[in-house]
Amino acid sequence: MTDGKAFSHYERDEYYERQISALYSVHNVYNGFLILALMLAVALPARGEQVVVGSKKFTESYVLADIAKKLIEDAGFGVEHKQGMGGTIILWQALRTGSIAIYPEYTGTISEEILKAKGGMTPDEMRAALAKDGVGMTGELGFNNTYALVMTQEKAKRLGIRSMSDLKNHPELRAGPTPEFLGRKDGWKPLCVRYGLSFGDVRGLEHGLGYAALASDQIDLKECYSTDAKIADNHLVVLDDDIGFFPQYKAVFLYRLDTPSPAVAAVRKLEGMINEGRMTTLNAEAEKTRNYELAAASYFGKAERTAAATRVESVSASIMRHTREHLILVGVSLLAAILVGVPLGILAGRPGPLSQFVLGGTGLIQTIPQLALLALLIPLLGIGARVSIVALFLYSLLPIVRNTATGLQDIARPFKEAAAALGLEPWAQLTKVFLPMSARTILAGIKTSAVINVGAATLAGLIGGGGYGEPIQSGLQLNDNATILQGAIPAAVLALLAQLGFDLLDRVVIPKGLRLPVNVE
Amino acid sequence: MRDEGRKGMIELKGVSRRYGVNVALHPTDLSVPAGRTTALIGPSGCGKSTLLRLVIGLLEPTSGSILFEGQPVRTDDIPLRRRMGYVIQDGGLFPHLTAGQNVLLMARHLHQPDSASRARLNELCDLTRFPKDGLARYPVELSGGQRQRVSLMRALMLKPDVLLLDEPLGALDPLVRAGLQTDLKQIFRELGQTVLLVTHDMGEAGFLGDRIVLLNEGRIVQQGILEDLRDRPADDFVTRFMSAQRSLVQL
Repeated sequence: MTDGKAFSHYERDEYYERQISALYSVHNVYNGFLILALMLAVALPARGEQVVVGSKKFTESYVLADIAKKLIEDAGFGVEHKQGMGGTIILWQALRTGSIAIYPEYTGTISEEILKAKGGMTPDEMRAALAKDGVGMTGELGFNNTYALVMTQEKAKRLGIRSMSDLKNHPELRAGPTPEFLGRKDGWKPLCVRYGLSFGDVRGLEHGLGYAALASDQIDLKECYSTDAKIADNHLVVLDDDIGFFPQYKAVFLYRLDTPSPAVAAVRKLEGMINEGRMTTLNAEAEKTRNYELAAASYFGKAERTAAATRVESVSASIMRHTREHLILVGVSLLAAILVGVPLGILAGRPGPLSQFVLGGTGLIQTIPQLALLALLIPLLGIGARVSIVALFLYSLLPIVRNTATGLQDIARPFKEAAAALGLEPWAQLTKVFLPMSARTILAGIKTSAVINVGAATLAGLIGGGGYGEPIQSGLQLNDNATILQGAIPAAVLALLAQLGFDLLDRVVIPKGLRLPVNVE
Repeated sequence: MRDEGRKGMIELKGVSRRYGVNVALHPTDLSVPAGRTTALIGPSGCGKSTLLRLVIGLLEPTSGSILFEGQPVRTDDIPLRRRMGYVIQDGGLFPHLTAGQNVLLMARHLHQPDSASRARLNELCDLTRFPKDGLARYPVELSGGQRQRVSLMRALMLKPDVLLLDEPLGALDPLVRAGLQTDLKQIFRELGQTVLLVTHDMGEAGFLGDRIVLLNEGRIVQQGILEDLRDRPADDFVTRFMSAQRSLVQL
């Protein structure tokens, strides 16, 4: 069955979308930003013979995208699969702006979330509406992956609950739906109204944590996808949607209309080919083997699966690759932050409105949640390492700017007067006296940025930027601690090494005269 | 007076300085003669340090003009500043540079030949009686007296036309202070240096200064040699100021 983690990421989408729209209304500058982003999106050229397939951040999406990748490759195209880019909004944006050409989606999501339709839509109505954005929709792949409410088999049996209507008699049950489901138009509240339910204890829980909470009897009830592989794994039972509340979520592919038609034709071969049983098997395979590509290969038969198995990267090779990617993310963003942050800090070190503006501006960036910042940047820069580097760069600025400004401001007046009275030009005062004297403070700021940066760079795993975030994210999706640790341990080691490296650098960069203990006469 | 009829190296004409509504220095005329030591003295806040900062161009005068060898002093005239040496209380030595690097900073900045700078440094060590092995030390590794000697060397490095000292011995203990006073007097005489010195200590002003300029509340109250101030006080304030420092004056 399908990995219901989709919820948590839909949820993030909507949550941050709300935050972002709040930002828009507060700061007009963001409006300009959005318009600029849209203009840029329109200006982006369509890709050539390289077809980019996207996927959402959950198992089923990964697997479907990998199957599509294989089919398009067989049709003679170069294919890149950008894995687990995020939720609906991010994928939809990426598709419209041309960052990706095709990705798997569900009819219910298309009508409710993308097209914001009030009632149900026929496939033809959807196609007509999507065409306005230059997007096409394949036929249904064959399975319906809708929402469902689940309980543990044991508790459902004990309370005699089979259908959702049965819940009416049990207001004492503790519910832990995902925050997204709580806020969704076709989610928790309308469901309760429709079924006449009311519960005393309802709290929003992240999807994976929700399963853990169910298993440890912290909650009694949550939602998931009807084809979720975890339902069987966790001995859960799906409650019958006896009124027929949940809409249909039939899997399809969305593609840009400018995608080469042979590539689209290749994917359309999947129409009607995957029923619930088959999808559940593929999902289960992906969860068991912890390998999406392998699961996708299973679709094409045993031979293909064996071939895929031999291509699997060794653990050490993948750690090496992630290390390389991570170092590039951190190195490039930190270097840029130093090159920009120190001069900004120098400006901010002089009293006046400019100082307020620079410190206020870099401080404001820091208050934007990381995912919201990514969501703001994706329309401009697409997805991947580049946007991650820009986000990390922005986050690295504040400690460097602030410490540079503080270091310069803290230089005592006699030194400032002495430097001026000696006859040094302002630039020479800065470079020969003030900056070296502030070296310790400035370096401390850079050190702070570097260590934070190493951790924050794991965020790139959310948007196909590579690095240690990739195994962490896929491990989280697969509920596989070993994979998580393949990212988490090197990330922690790298943070420690960064700290150590900068401590050593102190001895080189900070002038000896500033490191000596003060002479007590 | 000894310098009468001779035009001063530094001439202040109607120079005043205000900070907001507070007047630090009322319109003041002053002539600093060449080759002599002029001591500015007065109680805290009398305007003596303000006057010194105006002369070196760290501060802009609110009114009036300052001429240095006939040339107006401006706050942005960097070459002019290099013709003046400046020593402040506790040295103002840059902590990230060794004593030697502090002294050589400007010479190197101006790309003067290294051999000449080295020779000048040696000369200054002898002049200020600073041990040469101390040149590799950082300011925190030096005693207060040594720091002032280094600061003096730094100020003298470019052979300035005038030396400005703002309470150069203010932070030193009495014994070190007495030793340095003697050395300073010796150095000034040897170099025939024009010196403008700020101090709050009448003993020091009398010992080092050829002329003493006494300020109070932003105005020059009296100028002359020590005996003028002691025996012919211009007003009641001078009498009180002199008697407050009598014990030292009589030494």
